[in-house]
Amino acid sequence: MTQVSEAAEVTPTEVEKEPKSRGNLLRAMEIDFRVFGMVLALAVILIGFGIKTNGRFLEPVNMVNLAVQSVSISIIATGMTLIIVSRNIDLSVGSVVGVVSMVYAQLMHTWLPGWIGFDHPLMWVIALAVGIALGAAIGGFQGFIIAYIGVPSFIVTLGGLLAFRGATWVVTRGVTISPVDPTFKLLGGGPEGSIGGTASWIVGVFVCIAIVLFLVMNRRQRRRFGFPVRPMWAETVVGVVSCGVVLGLIWLFNAYKWPEALAQRHAEETGTTIPPGGLPAGVPWPVMLLIGVTIVMTFVATRRRFGRYVYSIGGNPEATELAGINTKWTIMKTFILIGVLCAISAAVATARLDGATLDLGEGYELYVIAAAVIGGTSFAGGIGTIPGAVLGALVMSSLAYGLSFIGLSSPIQDIVAGIVLIIAVGFDTINRRRKV
Amino acid sequence: MSERVPLVELRDIRVAFGGVHAVDGVTVDLFAGEVVGLVGGNGAGKTTLIKALSGAHPADSGQVLIDGEPVTITNTREAKALGVETIYQTLALADNIDAPSNVFLGRELTTRLGNLDDSAMEDATRKLMGRLNPKFLNFVVPVNSLSGGQRQSVAIARAVHFNARILIMDEPTAALGPAETKQVRELIKQLREEGLGIFLISHDIHDVFDLADRISVMLQGRLVGTVNKADVTTDEVLAMIILGKLPQEVTQKDLAELH
Repeated sequence: MTQVSEAAEVTPTEVEKEPKSRGNLLRAMEIDFRVFGMVLALAVILIGFGIKTNGRFLEPVNMVNLAVQSVSISIIATGMTLIIVSRNIDLSVGSVVGVVSMVYAQLMHTWLPGWIGFDHPLMWVIALAVGIALGAAIGGFQGFIIAYIGVPSFIVTLGGLLAFRGATWVVTRGVTISPVDPTFKLLGGGPEGSIGGTASWIVGVFVCIAIVLFLVMNRRQRRRFGFPVRPMWAETVVGVVSCGVVLGLIWLFNAYKWPEALAQRHAEETGTTIPPGGLPAGVPWPVMLLIGVTIVMTFVATRRRFGRYVYSIGGNPEATELAGINTKWTIMKTFILIGVLCAISAAVATARLDGATLDLGEGYELYVIAAAVIGGTSFAGGIGTIPGAVLGALVMSSLAYGLSFIGLSSPIQDIVAGIVLIIAVGFDTINRRRKV
Repeated sequence: MSERVPLVELRDIRVAFGGVHAVDGVTVDLFAGEVVGLVGGNGAGKTTLIKALSGAHPADSGQVLIDGEPVTITNTREAKALGVETIYQTLALADNIDAPSNVFLGRELTTRLGNLDDSAMEDATRKLMGRLNPKFLNFVVPVNSLSGGQRQSVAIARAVHFNARILIMDEPTAALGPAETKQVRELIKQLREEGLGIFLISHDIHDVFDLADRISVMLQGRLVGTVNKADVTTDEVLAMIILGKLPQEVTQKDLAELH
């Protein structure tokens, strides 16, 4: 099988004959230089803190916590990328998270129990649906003012930043609401909020199969049209490395075990036995959610008309309009989308806290924008990728987590985060200038 | 002219910006297989007039007829549906995306599920470029990394791919080098042979004399007149552009002043 396809690969359309130059290896594999740089930065940060703490930082529990902590920012950053790509900005995301979170908590704590009773099995579904609808409505409202009335997004969402933070206060009259529905709480992660060891391996294998299928289909499609394809060795390297990373992450999540007392109780409740070496927690639900959001958003950005138009608006708004595209509606949709993502992010944050506090989401806008920008999104518009933004959020989170882990105070963390942001964008700017 | 019905007629078109009459009662027409040069100084109203046809900026009053039938064009989409394609002076390309995405912008090919069919679009663009500009090979890089001529090829490809009958070209050679200019000229001739009607807006009087069958001259929002290229000299057209006088009205003194 392999023999046959190998033989068929040798055609004049192979890109192997390309002139040799720096970064040739990466180019053959069609790996984005920026993504590679970010993965490298992430590795340096993780290993750096690992060395500093004699390896304690790299223990599974920390890696899992770090991943879960980055989820709320990452989810919104995928949407912020499209907003910035289309030359807008959304400063209101933190306040939208705040108000939606309060609504979740109020629904599950005060409003819904009166109607359907506590512990209703559909409680979390109703709460999520209402929250997501609210997020979409808020996003749509702001998007309408921006796209159709023409008020700059900076102003509209700055107003939103203030107004929705105030609304959060109004919803609760200033108190913290806790707890939330137990099923809803699974979205927050932790041992109970993870999918378990076996399920994690199954997910991992499925993802690997999907990666291989994707590579094969893509190659077949390009060959069918007679386009240049990457050399077989590069294809293999990409496939093997991707699957290796996926399975490595699954291993990491499974290396995180339930705390003993909790595991004991869980085993008794479910009538299972604890395997030797502890009960693996597996992939946390919020991480599953983030993976899903990243895949869907990447798909929307690259394979749907809407995504294409967002990028073309960012490259040239007038040309997009002249091409007969409804640019206003497209812009409004980007804001509806980020509203929905804020609601999803709020669900994770609320579940993690097991309730809603007044300051939930405060400062999110800055972290989300920083994540998108570190991930390669250009403020000039038209450039940026969804996986880049998620990686950017991971870089930011691991830095913040590492700094607090070695005991630096939060003001120092902010100073470092600020400096890193400027350095990251500085590198990017220089890199881009050299290319042009 | 003969009994033939013009492909396009713009009748008594008026466009005002505030109190300024950018286009003031202009009437021009265009036949299939013909190039009409639209010339005039800066601010003469050429581009504004043509926007009434391309849909980029509808006229305040006046009539647009295609094949003798009155049509309403209020946006570019309606214009394209009627077979009117425009190549803008700025090219109107989204610089950050690749050539196939630009060629199909707003008219993407999709799979049955509505997903973008990038392979099919790249394939169609490769075939199209094989005809228009065989040297064009950069199909997967953003168009801002292409040369002026290649970008022009993308803009032209976008205009001709969708069976345009009427082509508007606004300063198609303004940003090009000599070789590329020659290439665009050849292409215009080829498209005319294929039976398209082409409005050619240009500052370059040589372009217009080389390519156009008739020349319409505008000055300060008004039509000075339309002449057959074969009947006039470049000096006479220059006199129309600068002085606003038809060839029969121009004196020897006027011509002397032009030089």
